[in-house]
Amino acid sequence: MCGIVGLLVRDQGLEQDLGRYFTTMLEEMTARGPDSAGLAIYDRGVPAQALRWSLRSDAPTIVWSSVQAAVDTATGATSSIEEIGNIAFLVTSAGEEVVSRALLDTADHQLTIVGVGKAIHLIKDVGLPRDICERYRVPQMSGYLALGHTRMATESAITTDGAHPFSPAHDLALVHNGSFSNHATIRRALVDAGVTCVTDNDTEVAAQFIGYRMTQGDDLEEAMRHVLKEFDGFFTLVVTTDHQFSVVRDAFACKPMVIAERPEYIAVASEYHALASLPDIEGARIFEPQPEEIHTWTV
Amino acid sequence: MTVQTKPPLTLDARAMGVTAVNRELRAQSAGAEVNITEVRGAHNLGVGLSNKIHININGNAGYYLAGLCDGPSFTVNGSVGWGVGENLMSGVVRVRGNASESTAASAHGGLVVIEGDASSRAAISLKGGSLAVGGNVGHMSAFMAQAGTVLVGGDAGDSLGDSLYEAIIYVGGTIRSLGADAQIKEMTATDVSLVREMCITAGFDHINPENVIKVASAKQLYNFDALTNQSY
Repeated sequence: MCGIVGLLVRDQGLEQDLGRYFTTMLEEMTARGPDSAGLAIYDRGVPAQALRWSLRSDAPTIVWSSVQAAVDTATGATSSIEEIGNIAFLVTSAGEEVVSRALLDTADHQLTIVGVGKAIHLIKDVGLPRDICERYRVPQMSGYLALGHTRMATESAITTDGAHPFSPAHDLALVHNGSFSNHATIRRALVDAGVTCVTDNDTEVAAQFIGYRMTQGDDLEEAMRHVLKEFDGFFTLVVTTDHQFSVVRDAFACKPMVIAERPEYIAVASEYHALASLPDIEGARIFEPQPEEIHTWTV
Repeated sequence: MTVQTKPPLTLDARAMGVTAVNRELRAQSAGAEVNITEVRGAHNLGVGLSNKIHININGNAGYYLAGLCDGPSFTVNGSVGWGVGENLMSGVVRVRGNASESTAASAHGGLVVIEGDASSRAAISLKGGSLAVGGNVGHMSAFMAQAGTVLVGGDAGDSLGDSLYEAIIYVGGTIRSLGADAQIKEMTATDVSLVREMCITAGFDHINPENVIKVASAKQLYNFDALTNQSY
C-alpha cells in the first residue's frame, strides 16, 4: 500500500487555505502509509529568473544563515532563505551549477537538495504524516497545487530519500502507489542515456524516466504514455509540474484512485475519505480513472 | 391496541467511529431501522451482522460496506468504495450511486443492487449471490465467478467473465471483450424469466429481458471429470 493525495485549486480564494485542506487529506492516508511521507506544494512566490532550492540538512545542528552566506559568497548574488528546523527554502537568481556546488561543497552542512524549481517546495521525512505536516508547518502553507504521498515501503528501505515525491527535474514531482518489476532494466537504460538514479528506489526510476523524456521534448502526457509502454508492474502515478497535473493507472488498475472535479478545484486521492473534508465535495463529479487512461489538467 | 413502531435510530459515524457504530448495529433487534449519517467514506461499516434490521447509509461509504452480512438489508444514498457486499451471505444491499472495485466479491447469497455503475472486477469469484448493476461494469468483471447471477443494464468492460465456472452473466448493453473461456450463449425462456424477475427485484425498468446477451463458461479451462462418480 501507499497513499496518494493531490489538490489543484482553480479558485484563487482557496489558495491561502491549500496547506490546511491538504494536511487533512494527507493525514487521512496514514493507514495506507505510516512509515514516511512527502509533499510538493507549488506557489507563485519566486521572482522571475530566480529558483527555489528545497534543502534538507542531516547535520545535528545547522546554521542556515551560514549556508546562505556561503552561497551568496560563491555566487555574488543575494539570496533569501526561509528555514524550518532541518529544512530550508533558498531563493536565488544565481546560476544553477554554482549554487549546487556551493551547497554541496561544505560537507559539515550535510545537505541534500530535495528539489529545485520556480514554484515547488519539496518536503519529505520519515514518520507519521500528521507529525511531518506539523513539523514543517504545512497547514500554514499557501499555493495553487499540492501533491502528497504516505509510504508503506516495499521495494526499498524506509529512508527520507526513499520517501516520495521524487523530483529529478525543475518543478517535477512524482508519487507512486504500487511496485515496478522491471525498474532495474530501465535504470540501466537510463544510465546509458546519461541519467543516474540516486537511490535504489523503483519509483525514482519512473521519475527519472519522465524527467529524461521531458528533456527530450516530450510534454507530460507523452512522457506518461511512454511510462505505460515501458514500465511493468502495478502503479497509480500522479505527476505534477508547475503548470500540469497528471494521473495514470496500469492496465490492471488494482491500485486505487478517486478523482473529484469541481469548478473551484480538482482533487485526487487513493481513497474517498481523504476528499470528504473538501468544500462542497457532495457536488463534485467523482470518478475513477480507467486502466491506462491518462488524465491531465493544466493550471 | 395500536402497535408502536420505534422511530429509526440515527448514528453519527464521524462522532462515534466505525467500531462503536458496528457494535450498536449488532445490538439492534429484528425489525429495527437505523440511519447512519456523517459517513465520509468510512470503511467496514455494517460488516458481519446477522440480525434482520434495515440500515440506511446517508452519504458515500468506503470499503467493504455490508461485507459478510447474513441478515440485514442496506440502502446507500450515495456511492461506495471497494468490495461492497463482499462475501455477502443473505440480504439486499442497494446502492443508489456508483460502486468502486470488487462489488459483491465472493458473495455466497443475497443480492447487491448498484443503481449507477460498478467499477472493475465486479462479482469477482461470485459464489452463489446475485449482483444487479443498472449502469456499466468495469474490466475483469465476474472473473472466476463460480456460481450465481450477474445482471448488467449497461455495458461491460474488457475481459468479461474470464475463467468463469458456473455463474451466468446477462448484459443489456455492449461487451467490450470477453475473457478467456467466456462464451456468448443463446437465451432460453428460462433465462428471460430469470432476468425479468431480477429486474423487478432490483427495480430496473430500463432493461428488456428479451434483449440481453447471456455469457457463460465455455468449459474448456476447467472440468471435474475425474470426480464425476463422486459426490463433491
